[in-house]
Amino acid sequence: MKTLLHPTWVGHAGGYRSGVAHGTFDSPRGDPSTDTPRGVLDAAPGPLHPAAGQTLAAASRVSWADPVRLHAPGRRSRALLDTARAVLAEALEVRPEDLSVHPTAEDALAVGLDGLRHARRRVGQRVVASAVERSVVLLRGDVEDPVPVGPTGRVDVASFTAQVAEPGVAAAVSQTANGEVGTHQPVLDLARAAADAGVPLLVDATASLGRDPLPGVGDVVVADAAAFGGPPLGLLAVRPGTRWGLPGPRREAEHGRALATPWVPSVLAAAEAWRQGTASHRTDAERARVLVSRVRTAAAAVRDVEVVGDPDARLPHVVTFSVLLADGEVLVEELARRGLAVGSGSACTSSALRPSHVLAAMGVLTHGNVRVTLPLESVCPDREEDVDRLCAVLAEVVAAVRERLGTADL
Amino acid sequence: MSNPEVVDARGTRCPVPVVRVARAARSLAPGEVVVLLADDEAARSDVPAWARMRGHGLTVEDDGTWTRYTVRVAGTTSDGSGEARST
Repeated sequence: MKTLLHPTWVGHAGGYRSGVAHGTFDSPRGDPSTDTPRGVLDAAPGPLHPAAGQTLAAASRVSWADPVRLHAPGRRSRALLDTARAVLAEALEVRPEDLSVHPTAEDALAVGLDGLRHARRRVGQRVVASAVERSVVLLRGDVEDPVPVGPTGRVDVASFTAQVAEPGVAAAVSQTANGEVGTHQPVLDLARAAADAGVPLLVDATASLGRDPLPGVGDVVVADAAAFGGPPLGLLAVRPGTRWGLPGPRREAEHGRALATPWVPSVLAAAEAWRQGTASHRTDAERARVLVSRVRTAAAAVRDVEVVGDPDARLPHVVTFSVLLADGEVLVEELARRGLAVGSGSACTSSALRPSHVLAAMGVLTHGNVRVTLPLESVCPDREEDVDRLCAVLAEVVAAVRERLGTADL
Repeated sequence: MSNPEVVDARGTRCPVPVVRVARAARSLAPGEVVVLLADDEAARSDVPAWARMRGHGLTVEDDGTWTRYTVRVAGTTSDGSGEARST
């Protein structure tokens, strides 16, 4: 497929051989930029789409300038940023002028929420959000009494509906799906409840864009380019007609929403990842769904392993399970020794030594947790092989970890 | 029931508290009780989840800076309550 940048620009960047990144990460087979990543079962974030990587390298040479500058390189950056924004706006199903780009998804969520709250400060300050929303939402929104979720992590619609109808609510938040356990949220029902109460809704699509179709609701929509093979980059769409505004003096960049213009090569790489993947997202999701089902079956077959999250209404590429009386950190290590990179929501694997608030809210085991986030097949062509390898070694790994911990007979 | 076994796992972290109470429960007869004291945050989720998976009865009380988990081991008891369950 054609890339966003002119081919001569991309070719120009291809001769990179002696920089900082060369050598250290060199693999035995040679050029690290062409080797396919293996054993990636923790694509949150995952490796860049190869075309996005090429565009990033080339763009760093041609769009390094600040796009507000009036010289030729500045104008070129401006033109390329406009191109990239148009592509990403299409991804979020909004107009380019409604989309701003932010350094991270967390930043985009915080800014999106701040703007809704500030615009409704006369109504109230309260934010309604479920207990399984991302930490940044719960903290930034000062959510003291989160909406409960069921054992699969699905938001309780009746509680949400009751909470948004209370006085003093500035905004409501719902994720499309939970990125840790995969469960889809009833976002259409929640959007209807918020609209009936006259409360604006922020839809957090950071885990799902590129994997699932957007639900088409939400006054504000936030996504993450890392979810579809781009670099981590926050995308914030505010639909026309939404009451939205930030406190303080007007910010200079990104339609008044950001303190600084994003680094254009990063935005181009995100747009490239979207363009490359957009034709194959549906088939990729169908294939990922089959692979995740294999992992669910293999995990459920091991004694005292609980697969968590909704078995059907879920993201195609995410699966989480917890191993009773095993240690999350050791499970991750044992799988890593076998060349498989997985995530974990267990306390012992987090820097804060606190278990995943998502698993805790669902009332499931937080120890012995393993989280698989599949990369796109176009990013990791060996994805299926890696999944099958995980399924093949899982029982033996669990047994080894329980043996080490002395819990095999409990 | 008058003097239930007490497992003091205060100061230990996940997964130690749940492992220790599981070990204690292993040697008890159905209907017998073991008390776990723990101050690890993960135990708040993990002890109830373990009890649910094993079919044990559980009451949870906050006791200052730690939590007291009273576990009634699953299985057929003399008064006929509970169900037999192999571990």
